[in-house]
Amino acid sequence: MAVNVLIVDDSAAIRKILRRVLVQAEVPVGQVHEAGDGEEALQVLQKEKIDLVLTDINMPKMDGLEFLRRIKQIAGFEHLPVVMITTEGSKAKVLEAVKLGAAGYVRKPFTADQIKEKLAGLY
Amino acid sequence: MDVREVQRYLIHATEEVCRTALGLPVEVGTVDPQSGPPGADDGVVALLGLVGNWVGVGSLTCEAGVACNLSGRLLLTEFNSVTDEVLDAIGELANMIIGNFKTHFEERVGPLGLSIPTVIYGKNFTARSPHENSWLRVPFSSELGLFDVRVCLEPNARRVRATAHLALVEESQS
Repeated sequence: MAVNVLIVDDSAAIRKILRRVLVQAEVPVGQVHEAGDGEEALQVLQKEKIDLVLTDINMPKMDGLEFLRRIKQIAGFEHLPVVMITTEGSKAKVLEAVKLGAAGYVRKPFTADQIKEKLAGLY
Repeated sequence: MDVREVQRYLIHATEEVCRTALGLPVEVGTVDPQSGPPGADDGVVALLGLVGNWVGVGSLTCEAGVACNLSGRLLLTEFNSVTDEVLDAIGELANMIIGNFKTHFEERVGPLGLSIPTVIYGKNFTARSPHENSWLRVPFSSELGLFDVRVCLEPNARRVRATAHLALVEESQS
């Protein structure tokens, strides 16, 4: 079954790179949706069937940690896998993400293989 | 803090980002610890703020042609002029470099917040920082052209005053 992915990052460059990596992934990827911040991403989640979220942390309007916190509070989304992809490398941020229920944490700059391995580990 | 330590973190972060995101080996030029802020002569300028026990700004600057080259390598696309996509890509490269620097630096100075990048490309502007400190400028050369990474940092006076006040209160209560 194909995995529908939501990419959340305020950088169009990163969204483009992640799209390219997803095409190469062993995991069969279905539809790929994009959002520029947490608020926009929550709207996409209400409209589309999403199986996996890849999100940045530092974003305008609503950051990735607040977005993750909100997702986990929405009935039906408690088990939606959310992978953080971010320049934030401090232990405090990693621990906070894990505590909030992140399914993974990849630091920027990332390689395509790191993302593919993370997806393979989830599916 | 020794400026050479800050310089080491900055070089390490830049080399790691260029190697991983761009597959680009870089060479470090002559470091200027007394540099000024970036300006219009620098071409494309990406700035990010840092705040915590220390405060300041980090930047990535390069000429327009180099910005196109770096963005092209990042996105596997050819750019002949500075487009919104190029500005976004340079902002993201700056975010990764200064973000990586922050991760190393905060091991010494405690947690720091990082702003989202602001990218400027224009002909008539000057950047001015409220800090009196000089900017540490590290120039890099690569097969895609020359670029600079800079930081201007100082201890956060407000935090220092707050910590001193807390220490006084604790002392007076003990």
